[in-house]
Amino acid sequence: MFAAPLRRFFSILFVCFALSGCGQGESNVESGNRQQILHFSNGTEIQGLDPHVITGIAEHHVVQTLFEGLVVKDSQTLELEPAAAASWTISDDGRIYTFTMRDDARWSNGDPVTAYDFEWSWWRALQPSLGSQYVFTYFPIKNAEAYFKQEISDFSKVGIKALDEKTFRVELNNPTPYFLQLLDHYSTFPVHKATVEKYGKPDESYTRWTRPSNIVTNGPFLMKSWRLNKRLIVEKNPDYWGAENVRLNQIVFHPIDSEIVEERMFRAGQLHWTDQVAIDRAPWYRENAPERMRIKPYVGTYIYRINNKLPHLSDSRVRKALAMTVDRQTLMDTVLNNIFTPSYAITPPGLLGYQPPKTFGYDPNQARALLAEAGYPNGEGFPEMELQYNTSDQHRKIATAIQQMWNKELGIKVRLQNKDWKVYLDDEATGNFEVSRGGWIGDYVDPNTFLDMWVGGSGLNRTGWNDPRYDELILKTAPQAKTREERFAAFREAETLMMNDMPFIPIYTYSSHHFVHPSLKGMHVNVMNYHNFRDVYLDPNWDKKEQASGQGE
Amino acid sequence: MLRYTLLRLLQAIPVLFAVITATFFLIRQAPGGPFDAEKPVIPAVKRALEAKYNLDLPVWQQYTQYLGDLFKGDMGPSFKYPGWDVHDLILSGLPTTAELALYALLVALVIGVLAGVFASLKPNTAQDYIPMSLAMIGICMPTFLLGPLLVLMFGFWLEWLPVTGWGDLPGDKILPSITLGAAYAAYIARLTRGGMLEIMSQDYIRTARAKGLPEWVVVTKHALRGGLIPTIAFLGPAFAGLLAGSFVVETIFQIPGLGRFYVQAAFNRDYTMILGTTIFLSTLIIIFNLLSDLLATWLNPKLRSQFRGGAV
Amino acid sequence: MSAQALVNAEKGTSLWADAWVRLKKNKLALFGLGVVLFLIVIALLTPWIAPYGYEEQNLELGATPPSAAHWLGTDLFGRDLLTRLMYGGRVSLAVGLIATSVALLIGVAWGTIAGYVGGRTDAIMMRIVDALYALPFIIFIILLMVVFGRSLLLLFLAIGAVEWLTMARIVRGQVLTIRNQEYVEAARAMGLSTPRILLRHVVPNSLGPIIVYATLTVPQVMLLEAFLSFLGLGIQPPQSSWGLLISYGAEVMEDYPWLLIFPGLALSITLFALNFLGDGLRDALDPKASKD
Repeated sequence: MFAAPLRRFFSILFVCFALSGCGQGESNVESGNRQQILHFSNGTEIQGLDPHVITGIAEHHVVQTLFEGLVVKDSQTLELEPAAAASWTISDDGRIYTFTMRDDARWSNGDPVTAYDFEWSWWRALQPSLGSQYVFTYFPIKNAEAYFKQEISDFSKVGIKALDEKTFRVELNNPTPYFLQLLDHYSTFPVHKATVEKYGKPDESYTRWTRPSNIVTNGPFLMKSWRLNKRLIVEKNPDYWGAENVRLNQIVFHPIDSEIVEERMFRAGQLHWTDQVAIDRAPWYRENAPERMRIKPYVGTYIYRINNKLPHLSDSRVRKALAMTVDRQTLMDTVLNNIFTPSYAITPPGLLGYQPPKTFGYDPNQARALLAEAGYPNGEGFPEMELQYNTSDQHRKIATAIQQMWNKELGIKVRLQNKDWKVYLDDEATGNFEVSRGGWIGDYVDPNTFLDMWVGGSGLNRTGWNDPRYDELILKTAPQAKTREERFAAFREAETLMMNDMPFIPIYTYSSHHFVHPSLKGMHVNVMNYHNFRDVYLDPNWDKKEQASGQGE
Repeated sequence: MLRYTLLRLLQAIPVLFAVITATFFLIRQAPGGPFDAEKPVIPAVKRALEAKYNLDLPVWQQYTQYLGDLFKGDMGPSFKYPGWDVHDLILSGLPTTAELALYALLVALVIGVLAGVFASLKPNTAQDYIPMSLAMIGICMPTFLLGPLLVLMFGFWLEWLPVTGWGDLPGDKILPSITLGAAYAAYIARLTRGGMLEIMSQDYIRTARAKGLPEWVVVTKHALRGGLIPTIAFLGPAFAGLLAGSFVVETIFQIPGLGRFYVQAAFNRDYTMILGTTIFLSTLIIIFNLLSDLLATWLNPKLRSQFRGGAV
Repeated sequence: MSAQALVNAEKGTSLWADAWVRLKKNKLALFGLGVVLFLIVIALLTPWIAPYGYEEQNLELGATPPSAAHWLGTDLFGRDLLTRLMYGGRVSLAVGLIATSVALLIGVAWGTIAGYVGGRTDAIMMRIVDALYALPFIIFIILLMVVFGRSLLLLFLAIGAVEWLTMARIVRGQVLTIRNQEYVEAARAMGLSTPRILLRHVVPNSLGPIIVYATLTVPQVMLLEAFLSFLGLGIQPPQSSWGLLISYGAEVMEDYPWLLIFPGLALSITLFALNFLGDGLRDALDPKASKD
């Protein structure tokens, strides 16, 4: 009785596999190079497409291809260029911006992109019920914060006004040097009024207007298809005003959570670009295919937050002792394979010419002396301490190494504790931690994005540290400074003051690290790791020009 | 038998209800909410989001509301992918995961039953030890190791098969199916061997042999029936395990299945998605456990009598 | 089963004595027993005999292949792999033993009662099993960790509390066949009490599949521990287990293969030994097999 079913199993199995066939066909990279289709690993799956609702880097990559704000950054120099606005003027007091709209900018349904679109879109973004998490991008604008907080209800009092179809006027509270930079952030992108209203209330988030079949956009690419956890495809928009300069026909965004899987796909020729370098593979690539690995400075700092409110950590000498016994250089050279660079302050070096202070170095002897002064000679009497981090291979490795450094040099016992992301956030936000891994990536190119988070009452501070002088320098002196020198001097004084108190321990400066196929051109290098897919193209003849390498495959 | 089946299906309703209720209240006890992020969310924004998803109501009210919607067939929007409804996501992941689990089960059954029967025919000889040792290795080999090993071997060294994907390139379904099925093949081999040895020492097998029937007839006609009972009891849980456990394989091979949604939802505190996938998976588990019980009964004549009396 | 066997079973002791006699004849099983005992002894003595400290790092050294100083090589932190294997074994063996015992106890009791009593009791008990199967396991573990804090023992219990479900189903299936066997009916006819029938007749006669499944459960719980630890729900570095060592090794197998090979060997050898022992026990405990 079983022979027949068994035979059937076998034949089904055989047919299944035979149908799927064997052997590897043309790789994504080969076919992509031929047809100008970019295969881009985007890290995680994106949450959505509504520019006023989303957050995150992966979302930024996709939304930036579909929508276009008033201005756009040049991906080489990070200077601002006209986009939906053809030009703009700034009043002498630096408070009034007047944008002139481009004549040939069109929505994907053919409607022109006007100043009224921006006025309506920005009104929408300021509706509290929409739940825009980046709404503070608008707060430099006159009365925007008050309107959002419902302190005033008359939108005409907000400094956002379309004077006519072609003219858009914005009035600020204070002259804000980085205001234009904010306008290429997706939270200020325009959305299509009629489409949004067709599928729901304007201030309602996540209605069906962003479904691939419904969405109307104004960017260089159009939505083609989206299969969650598999791929999202955008294709070139032939009606885009700058279409003749767009060379890619399609971009395929692959959502891949694991950098190990990314590396395998890259090696098999399935990706042009990975979201990250698999750190343990770095030595191999350095040796065998250095041209396929790109590691560049990035505006971010990896830190360990210390809970300054706990008795044994409230003494800055203890915190400094901890900071001084982290042997950053060895950590970079060994476990982290020189992907990152050591950091001794919160701001990364060279932001618009700003240099962070270096107030300390690796110095176990002085650290032991400080700890002894604080009443814990050789770590005696210091309670066992918990170091928490969110679950990730890299965080685990760093914590494992630092745990041992503190134990060896200071005699302090440390218990590691990884937590799943939500538990970690919850514990950090409620102060339920002793030392906690953290990191910060600049929102814009300016030291302020790293410094204003440490003022008292900031939701990102979380260390319990507070210094009135610091708050004054950041919140008063720097914004009112007349020159860049004055402003940076205030920043530097504040940062020096903070690092002398060490509310957190800086570990390293981030880098952008990707595996990149040599055929990929136009992904320019810059500190924001900002790319404009308008500039990107694929060179099918890359191996004929550079005959040297090819071992990476 | 029919009555028994109907009875079991009826019993499934309170089981599902218990699962939904327990899950609903359990997930709300876990720390962190669906809208917590690294940057603290502005209170007004958080209130708006919570109001949109009724999270500002008392928990019991959320519960009755959820049940009401569920009764109408609406599992609500996902919190993590808010533009999508839970049932959209489940329907998009299900066919892939079901296909993967089915192939894996076939791999497991074919290899497992053959190896187990083969080994049981000559216990404690090389014919027994070799397949059983292989099975042991299969059990020791976690999917997070077997997957990358197979990829390395067949994807990079031999270059026979694609390293990732599902239905994109020819042959890309082979490695995931084997990776997922291998451990189960090993279990089935061991269970089959055990069950067969048990049966082969029974009187009725000896009678059959004494009648001079050829060995293969004894095995296929008489022994397999009883010998496969432990295996078949295992199939229900096995299929459930394959469905719920496909997460690792789906990650390694970049497969857009249900397993990834399920695990990600738990970590994202995506309440509606957790509930949706749980309801869905538990329904499948109940059905497959029922099927495997029915099959085991059908194979075991001594058990069939109890259903005539309807005493279940 | 003969009347004599029934009488023997009633005497109770002879089953185990006979089994021991039969087990001693099975060389493979004895070998397995030897290996398992050896590993337990090593695990117990590890703090005194390990060549290095398990958290002792040498970052500059990094990952090196086996050498005279480090017999099995070192890991990314320059830690001695042999030492880490020895310490990891303590965790893995403990989780294997404790979690499997928990699963065994609950599963056998649950499955036996459900299968033997049958009727409404059976239906309710098995539907509870169905419901538990369906609960989201990861959420369950996260909650346990948050509510009770993280402790190894709790982790072991949690794993055991999940693994018993399959055991219960298998045992029940087995008991269903046994309860209609002649010797059970005979025992019932003799007027023996239900607990006595269960303990003396039903459980011993379903020991075969139980032992086989128990030996299968050991690797399963060891790997489950690795999975949970990997997700951040299990043990914390610098502690380790074989499962974790294997999962880290799998990530770097192309560059540092020894980090995968040795932990893999350790786990495999243990499982083989357990398996030989399990099979030997099964054969030794099966009174019918012994007569052939």
